Amino acid sequence: MVRYIIRRLLWVVVLLFLVSFITFLIFYALPSADPATLRAGRSPNPQLVEQIRHNLGLDKSLPHQYFDYMKRLVLHFDFGYSYQNNISVKQQILDRLPASISVAIGSAIVFLITGIGVGIISAIRRRSLLDRATMGLSLVSISAPVYWLGLVSLYLFASDIGKFPVPFLKGAGSYVPFSQDPSIWFQSLLLPWFVLAASFSALYARLLRANLIETMSEDYIRTARAKGLSERRVVFRHGVRSAINPIVTAAGLDLGVLLGGTILVETVFNIPGIGRLAYDSIQNSDLPMIQGTVLIGALFIIVANLIVDIMYAFLDPRVRYS
Amino acid sequence: MAAPVLEVEDLEVDFATEDGVVHAVGGISLSVAPGRMLGIVGESGSGKSVSMLTVMGLTRAENATISGSARLEGRDILTLPTDELRAIRGNDIAMIFQDPLSSLHPLYKVGWQLVEAIQTHQDVSKSAARARAIELLQMVGIPDPKGRVDNYPHEFSGGMRQRAMIAMALTNDPKVLIADEPTTALDVTVQAQILDLIARLQQERDMAVVLITHDLGVVAEHADEIAVMYAGKVVERGPATVIFDAPEHPYTWGLLRSIPRLDRTRGEPLVPIPGRPPSLIALPGGCSFNPRCPYVLDRHRRVEPELEPVNDQNDHSVACLLQPSTRRQLWAELREGKLPETARESVALKDTV
Repeated sequence: MVRYIIRRLLWVVVLLFLVSFITFLIFYALPSADPATLRAGRSPNPQLVEQIRHNLGLDKSLPHQYFDYMKRLVLHFDFGYSYQNNISVKQQILDRLPASISVAIGSAIVFLITGIGVGIISAIRRRSLLDRATMGLSLVSISAPVYWLGLVSLYLFASDIGKFPVPFLKGAGSYVPFSQDPSIWFQSLLLPWFVLAASFSALYARLLRANLIETMSEDYIRTARAKGLSERRVVFRHGVRSAINPIVTAAGLDLGVLLGGTILVETVFNIPGIGRLAYDSIQNSDLPMIQGTVLIGALFIIVANLIVDIMYAFLDPRVRYS
Repeated sequence: MAAPVLEVEDLEVDFATEDGVVHAVGGISLSVAPGRMLGIVGESGSGKSVSMLTVMGLTRAENATISGSARLEGRDILTLPTDELRAIRGNDIAMIFQDPLSSLHPLYKVGWQLVEAIQTHQDVSKSAARARAIELLQMVGIPDPKGRVDNYPHEFSGGMRQRAMIAMALTNDPKVLIADEPTTALDVTVQAQILDLIARLQQERDMAVVLITHDLGVVAEHADEIAVMYAGKVVERGPATVIFDAPEHPYTWGLLRSIPRLDRTRGEPLVPIPGRPPSLIALPGGCSFNPRCPYVLDRHRRVEPELEPVNDQNDHSVACLLQPSTRRQLWAELREGKLPETARESVALKDTV
């Protein structure tokens, strides 16, 4: 097990190198707006552009630029400075991280509770009206694009612009850090949480429902009933215990993806998170910032993968890593 | 003989499916007394498992129609409300199943599953239940029960898993143990051990055992009575010795001729029963066995046989339309190793009437 974890950790490093290389290639080597020109102001003279190009190190060869970048990253954990406003990329990401974590964790809680709840109920009340209704609704919410859902929910319910304003559902741009005002923080995140969770909870409900229906026809469920257990205990301790494993795996991976920033939700609701940062940096051809957000996103995904794999050994005693 | 502890009477089980109504069990009556073993023998789909699952209340579903009665110590458990039934299941009547690996929960330790079975019916502390679990594992012959109690099912061998299942079934000293093909998934050498274990525990605890199997060889040694089932009905029933020595039903003959026996001439061919069991949705008219019976007469396709006593022996009955004398002649021929066709010819079976 320990050897397995060490081997996986080494792979994390290799993967991050690969990711950095590929994003570098995509954003530096492929044509985009010239960052030097962008920084030089409205009517730049050629000398100034050259000067900026030199300062940013853009006049060096590509391998040289990559080497410089990686050297700073590996030796000093330095992601460089924004082309846009000279702020340290690392600092900027750390500043934005709490917002993204708030969005991700909150929506994960929402989609786990609703997904698991609906999944269990529709599995044990299979073919009932409730089952059909929730499964139909889940198809809709899987299909609805998150930005559309976000805009519609703002249009309908936001306390500022909503047609049917709900006082505790604050609209776009109302986000404040938790440390500043927990109540406003919560109210401003309620809509984003549910909007982001909608498709996840629908997917999870369907996944759990299918798993649980299959599990409930297993021989060991019959054994549990033959033991004289209450149906409640049969379903939860025996059925759900087995059916939940794939959900835990999927949730771990999804949470990893969400922690790296949710571009659409953060943009629609104007939440200053990593996703919003990535979006803005792409708009501004702010290459170091793009590189930073991509790397941090990749780090979350890779680490989530690792944690899920390790956790699986605890969830299912038949799984052993060597 | 003591009064029966489990009495099944006119049990009928139908399932409504998309293809039609499946007549899984078509009115069977069985009983078993304390300390006795009843063997239910039949092919897959003969209704032997369904009938006993129904007794356990495990076939209760919206699409199932159940009639008849199953009295456990005089109390009909087919009509009990679910929560009262639950108090009996795993307590007074317990069941073990065919595949012990899939019948044990893969994600819980064997000890945990035993403790759960104990605490469901007894108000004891966790540590007391655990001590009892270790005791039970010891009783069913699992070596190092103190260490094994913390193993997961996948860490057990096939035979040990079935022993663990037996331990779990016996936690609350049931009066009736239903064993549904308990040895089918096991190695032949382990099969005998498991059967011996069940027989030993049955004797020690004066427990009634219903052993369901498709293999007459499995029940040969330990069963006291045997019921042969075909297409949802009991076609022959009697003491084990009588079933083996003087069987009356052509299906029983077929079963006996299809298993190897040491007392037969070497090299004598095994004779399989031709054809397949009928669809339980559309049973053939008359005797359900008629499409596969080598001794079928025209009349057998129209008249349904009743389970009737053979001669005056109350404990041996058969559902066959052949004349008793004809049956005896046929069995005498078959016993000598003749093939069914030859036997039929020499008895000169002809449609009368």
